[in-house]
Amino acid sequence: MRDVLTIGGKELTNRLFLGTGKFPAKSIIPKVIKNSETQVVTVAIRRVDLNGEQENILNYIDKDCILMPNTSGARTAEEAVRIAHIARAAGCGNWIKIEVINDNKYLLPDNYETIKATEILAKEDFVVLPYVSPDLMVAKALVNAGAAAVMPLGAPIGSNRGLKTKELIRILIDEIDLPIIVDAGIGKPSQAAEAMEMGADAVLVNTAIATADDPIKMAAAFNFAVKAGRLAYLAGPGAEKIHGEASSPLTGFLR
Amino acid sequence: MTFYEKILELEHFDLKKSWNSITDKIVQKAIHKYTLNTLDFLALLSPAAEKYIEEMAQIAHKLTLQNFGKVIFLYTPMYLSNYCVNSCAYCGFNAKNKILRRTLTLEEVEVESKIIAETGLRHILILTGESRAHANLDYLLACVNILKKYFTSISIEVYPMDKKEYQQLIKAGVDGITIYQETYNRSRYDQVHLAGPKKDYRYRLEAPERAGEAGMRSINIGALLGLADWRFDAYYTGLHAKYLQDKYPGAEISISLPRLRPHVGSFQPVNMASDKDLVQTMLALRLFLPRVGITISTRERAEFRDNLVRLGVTKMSAGSCTEVGGHSQNHSSAGQFKISDERSVTQVKEAILNKGYQPVLKDWQYI
Repeated sequence: MRDVLTIGGKELTNRLFLGTGKFPAKSIIPKVIKNSETQVVTVAIRRVDLNGEQENILNYIDKDCILMPNTSGARTAEEAVRIAHIARAAGCGNWIKIEVINDNKYLLPDNYETIKATEILAKEDFVVLPYVSPDLMVAKALVNAGAAAVMPLGAPIGSNRGLKTKELIRILIDEIDLPIIVDAGIGKPSQAAEAMEMGADAVLVNTAIATADDPIKMAAAFNFAVKAGRLAYLAGPGAEKIHGEASSPLTGFLR
Repeated sequence: MTFYEKILELEHFDLKKSWNSITDKIVQKAIHKYTLNTLDFLALLSPAAEKYIEEMAQIAHKLTLQNFGKVIFLYTPMYLSNYCVNSCAYCGFNAKNKILRRTLTLEEVEVESKIIAETGLRHILILTGESRAHANLDYLLACVNILKKYFTSISIEVYPMDKKEYQQLIKAGVDGITIYQETYNRSRYDQVHLAGPKKDYRYRLEAPERAGEAGMRSINIGALLGLADWRFDAYYTGLHAKYLQDKYPGAEISISLPRLRPHVGSFQPVNMASDKDLVQTMLALRLFLPRVGITISTRERAEFRDNLVRLGVTKMSAGSCTEVGGHSQNHSSAGQFKISDERSVTQVKEAILNKGYQPVLKDWQYI
């Protein structure tokens, strides 16, 4: 059976999403995309310069990829909606990753404003992928608001600290009937694999690939890790045992 | 509590004595903390921390990569007017200096914009001296209307204004403000600002707060290193940035590290910060405030700027000229100070790429 992730009517066979903001040169992005085999690439609309041939990041993204513009820089739902409209007018398609951040110290998302923006944009037929702090009630509200997926953070953006919010994400995976894409905080391929093993539908990585000494090689490493993690999830790992099996069982007398 | 009130409190604190009491052990502990407090920051600026500069650099490099990636944002200044009613001992635009003065006409602003936009730059910083008679709010608003056609981010470095004026500028399309306190040392401030409205220390100090209240998206502050004890000003700049970051979390706070440059009037700095001092300041700021932007202008020479790329800088000016109309006309007015890095935008971009970083010419979009 083909293992396919469907979002907004698009069928994806690769579950690694790529961020583009931190690369040492735009010119390496095509190779990174190739090696990561990613099918979904996010771009901050604030960075897109349609008037600059060399400077226009969109020229470096494979046309077969799904473009997922993001609303980086939005401080309120209203600003996120305006940026989404700019994205659509710029011909960036109808996917939108909502980022509403009004905290420049930790770059933590404003869940409340994110829900509001999701509701507005879903009604306008955008495929909305909101970036949030993992919270079950928020995720439920996003389902009702018409989100196409939920993107909880594993740790603050750029922190490379891994799945610090693991238990909260696990609850979203169990309870929410939408794709759960772990976004932000994943610093190593092993952490991406960990997210996938636990049942995340996809992961989004930027910093860990872009700031590696060899981003192209690291893109390949993440691709393998995401695939391995997914395969392990599908294979159904054996039950984890916290304690070893005792050689002198306490309930042995019941036999 | 405004930052001014905070300064009045801090003035009771003997910084020199504190710096001399910092030991190696205190510095080492501060360097490796995950979240640094103001005392840790103080330790990193101390003489004892000088020998730990490489260790600090390694961490600063890592933190900058995590928070900003391998990118350097570029912008260029456009001087609109060099008329000024202030007499600042260190500035080429000093009202007492007999220099060629002018204000760009709106047509000239358009010509300058076209020429700058052709370099690919999308972020512009517009500057004036302090003379409302020659460059008032209406003039600035008219300029912004023209600039909007060519640039996606417009910052102002002009005289301090009221909250309402900042609101009008934001509405017109301005998203950033740069305003340097020059020195946080109140008595030194009074000494070097000989005459004019700029003598009002508090009105200038609280300008970033008024901009923050008005909803300005980015706020850039700084001290002119060399005017007073650089350690003192570096420390206060960091505290000021932290204060603004805490109070206006929605704003992107950044710090410039300008050093005094030669200019007409030949003011001698009292305490020139060396290259090493500047680097120590930058590293201490990065460790203390990992998310704050750090700007280095063309006041610094090309080779030094290129070496700073990996140490925590996030933003640089390129293709700069401090003369009014300097991007499109030759020497039609006097410059504010002499620039050291005279490379073109293309050359600066290449140098950044050669260091393994991406020059970013557009990082905001008027919404």
